[in-house]
Amino acid sequence: MLEYPRWKYILVSIVLVFALLFALPNVFGDDRALQLARKDREAITVDQLTQIEKVFKDAGAAYIGAEIDRTGNALLRFANDTDQLRARDVAKDEKLGLPKDYVSAMMYASRAPLWMQAVGLRAMPLGLDLRGGLYLLYEVDVNAAVDQLIQSYDQDFRRALREASIEFNDISTLAVDSDIPNALSVSLPPNTDRAAVRAAIKRVQPDLQCRDANLVNGIAVECALTLQQVRERQDFAITSNITTLRNRVNAMGVSEPLVQRQGLNRISVQLPGVQNSAEVKDLLGKVATLEIRLEDPRPIPSNGRAPIGAKIYDRMEDGQIVGKAMLKRDIIVTGNQLVNATSSMGQSGPQVDVTLDSAGGEEMLRTTRANVGKRMGVVFIEQRSETVEINGAPVTRVIKDEKVISLATIQGVFGNRFQTTGLTSNQARDLSQLLRGGALTAPVSIVNERTVTATLGEQNIKDGVTALVVGMAALFLFMIVYYQLFGVVADLVLLANVIVLTALLSMFKTALTLPGIAGIILTVGMAVDANVLIYERIREELRNGVSPQAAIKAGFEKAFSAIADSNVTTFIAGVVLFVFGTGAIKGFAVVLSLGILTSMFTSLMGSRALLTLMFGGKRKIAKLHIG
Amino acid sequence: MEFFHKKTSFPFMATRKVWYTLSAVLMIVSFASFFMKGLNFAIDFTGGVAVEAAFPKEISTETVREAVVAAGFHEPQVSQSSTRDVNIGLQSTGQTAEQLRPIFEGLLGKLDPGVKITSLEVVGPQVGDELRYAAIVSLSVTLVLIGIYIILRFHTWRLSVGAILAVLHDPILVLGVFSVTQTKFDLAVVAAILAVIGYSLNDTVIVFDRIRENFEKNRRLSPDQTLDNAINQTLSRTIMTKVVTSIVVVALLLLGGETLRGFSEALLIGILAGTYSSIYISSSIALSFGLKAEHVFPPVRKDPLDQLP
Repeated sequence: MLEYPRWKYILVSIVLVFALLFALPNVFGDDRALQLARKDREAITVDQLTQIEKVFKDAGAAYIGAEIDRTGNALLRFANDTDQLRARDVAKDEKLGLPKDYVSAMMYASRAPLWMQAVGLRAMPLGLDLRGGLYLLYEVDVNAAVDQLIQSYDQDFRRALREASIEFNDISTLAVDSDIPNALSVSLPPNTDRAAVRAAIKRVQPDLQCRDANLVNGIAVECALTLQQVRERQDFAITSNITTLRNRVNAMGVSEPLVQRQGLNRISVQLPGVQNSAEVKDLLGKVATLEIRLEDPRPIPSNGRAPIGAKIYDRMEDGQIVGKAMLKRDIIVTGNQLVNATSSMGQSGPQVDVTLDSAGGEEMLRTTRANVGKRMGVVFIEQRSETVEINGAPVTRVIKDEKVISLATIQGVFGNRFQTTGLTSNQARDLSQLLRGGALTAPVSIVNERTVTATLGEQNIKDGVTALVVGMAALFLFMIVYYQLFGVVADLVLLANVIVLTALLSMFKTALTLPGIAGIILTVGMAVDANVLIYERIREELRNGVSPQAAIKAGFEKAFSAIADSNVTTFIAGVVLFVFGTGAIKGFAVVLSLGILTSMFTSLMGSRALLTLMFGGKRKIAKLHIG
Repeated sequence: MEFFHKKTSFPFMATRKVWYTLSAVLMIVSFASFFMKGLNFAIDFTGGVAVEAAFPKEISTETVREAVVAAGFHEPQVSQSSTRDVNIGLQSTGQTAEQLRPIFEGLLGKLDPGVKITSLEVVGPQVGDELRYAAIVSLSVTLVLIGIYIILRFHTWRLSVGAILAVLHDPILVLGVFSVTQTKFDLAVVAAILAVIGYSLNDTVIVFDRIRENFEKNRRLSPDQTLDNAINQTLSRTIMTKVVTSIVVVALLLLGGETLRGFSEALLIGILAGTYSSIYISSSIALSFGLKAEHVFPPVRKDPLDQLP
């Protein structure tokens, strides 16, 4: 008798329902679109949308739809790329009357209904090779990151020695070519107890390796980072920069960006579908760090020259320069001591909650204790590299742009946690994003940037899809000719496999690339194979005179080991390719590994459930239509 | 419908020397061509030239593409970042940026004298040593792990060696064909080759599974006969699966357009090669290394410890 446990039926049904739901958004496709966002990040109102539409209509830009999207930005949809490019020219042209407080971005917008997007159902994104887009390769200056760490130890040392009441001449970084790199040298007056110095240092930085040294004009203690610490610091610089880049990319609203570590010290950023490269490069290319300093209470000299120990900055508010601010040169904390920053609603309105690491917290505590009622400024430092030609040769130079983005009164004594108030809710959100996303631990520079043209243009993608559909249809037909009724079952199982795989890829937001399509074809092939193996076994059993129901049962049981072994070996290959592969290889591996799981599930469980439903139970089956 | 109505009994093992020779010749030709002619790498691997130009008036990508082709450049990729800004990608021509700039100023100037070339640079390959390294490392690790898995499941290294050689056989053949015909070798072909390895493995393991089953059923039968039976019994399935998969690939080849040609060609060649190698090569090699029933099912020996009181 042919039977199948009820829970397996239920499992198969549940998986299929969810798969259909998650795969559904892929049916709708997408439009070329222009996104308009307000610079102050406020949501766009219906009136404003009408106003925007009017500007485009008057300028003669053809669009096929206008709406306010989930994030509160205006979205104009276009029939083709020419219309989209024209509309962007309209958006850029201030004479045409679009208010200056909008920024525009070209993108693709899904045609799936809003409710689907709202509950997180998304189509699987297309990769760079299918869609085209922007590819950027950043190199992180890991040595600078290590230098920064040593600089921060410098301050720790000074504090430790002051607390231990030990006199010292100077603390300096050892030259890179010295026999111990990445080290600080504390030069001391003669006859200082160097053991006490080492003990004091050990209290603040227990992991450093210290040794005594004799200088030409005195004695010194030299402390170096261990190799382990250097490596950790370099890794930290990379990973935190990846987070920063990812935050910035996300803040731009680009759909499905890919930010990955590449090699030892590089980060690759792929932005599929992004077309306006210059603006994006500008946004991402900015390297920013933060410093928090006390305000210098002296009046700002009218000649603009800062007195000793102070520095004059532009004071920014809402993206506009509103005046000058003069801060002390002593840094309280820098951006890399920042652990987290979030915006919230406090008792006195919107605020940004900032968390510092312990060293930063101690320094903050000491500073605020002595300076309640005075003001403290957050300096936002931006670096961008610019290539100019000097005497015909390209020279890259770094341009540093520093401004004060927040100047707030110290209300009380605090340590590693504090709030900045006196902001609007949007400002608070922006500042917290800026603090979180802006704290790069090491300078990065672009080593390679390219606007990738889609390998397959839009027409080619259509051709490819047509070819796939025709091929699959022919395959389905052939299966029915070859296996008759069982061919129909196999086709349903194959269809289910493609749907479940599409659902998984959409769920994991895996970008579909050409290698991915190769993976899908391979999985379809393997799913066919599993079905063929089962049916050939059933035929064999029937030839041996076994009853139909027993033949189905035996077919599944005997084919199982072959299916399992062949799938496990291929799965091993998939996992290894995923672990060791990069880019194209990895994309293939993800689809292959997921595809093997879905094909095993649909061919073994799904197919068995369906066949048992058709032929199982106490029915008498005279003949199986298996060709 | 069925491909083989009667039970087939092709003597695969007896004729294995013939197939070894054929494969050896194919491998030698592939290697020779690979090392002498090399592959016709596409822009993904070679890098190329990226030109950005700003026109004073609106211009279409098609006009620019035609002009660039007319100037003798092959397969330029032209895209727009606005109605007036055009990006052109070209396969490396061996010329320096200084040599190319006047050429492009001339040919784009014909379209519109007011054009400005905002950037012209020779760009590195999108993939390079890193991909080669990743491919070699991952392939080696895959082969070792699969070798180990087969030893665990089938209890003999002879089948592992057969599987690994058969799996290596197919991508080498695809590379060989691409080298001999100088078909453009791009990233999609790499993906196709990875898929080919997957197919080949799958096929080989399914034959092995039948070999194990047949050894279990009848240990007395000679290894030659057992292997022949296993391949003949799975023949219908092997060919059926390959025909079905090929249907999709052939549709891609015929209807998928120029850009998918290399990809679908590699898949098709690989599928044919994989079918061949899993029928004629993988099991034969195991036999040549002396595969016997007791390797797959070691005779149960009583542990001397059990006899101790």
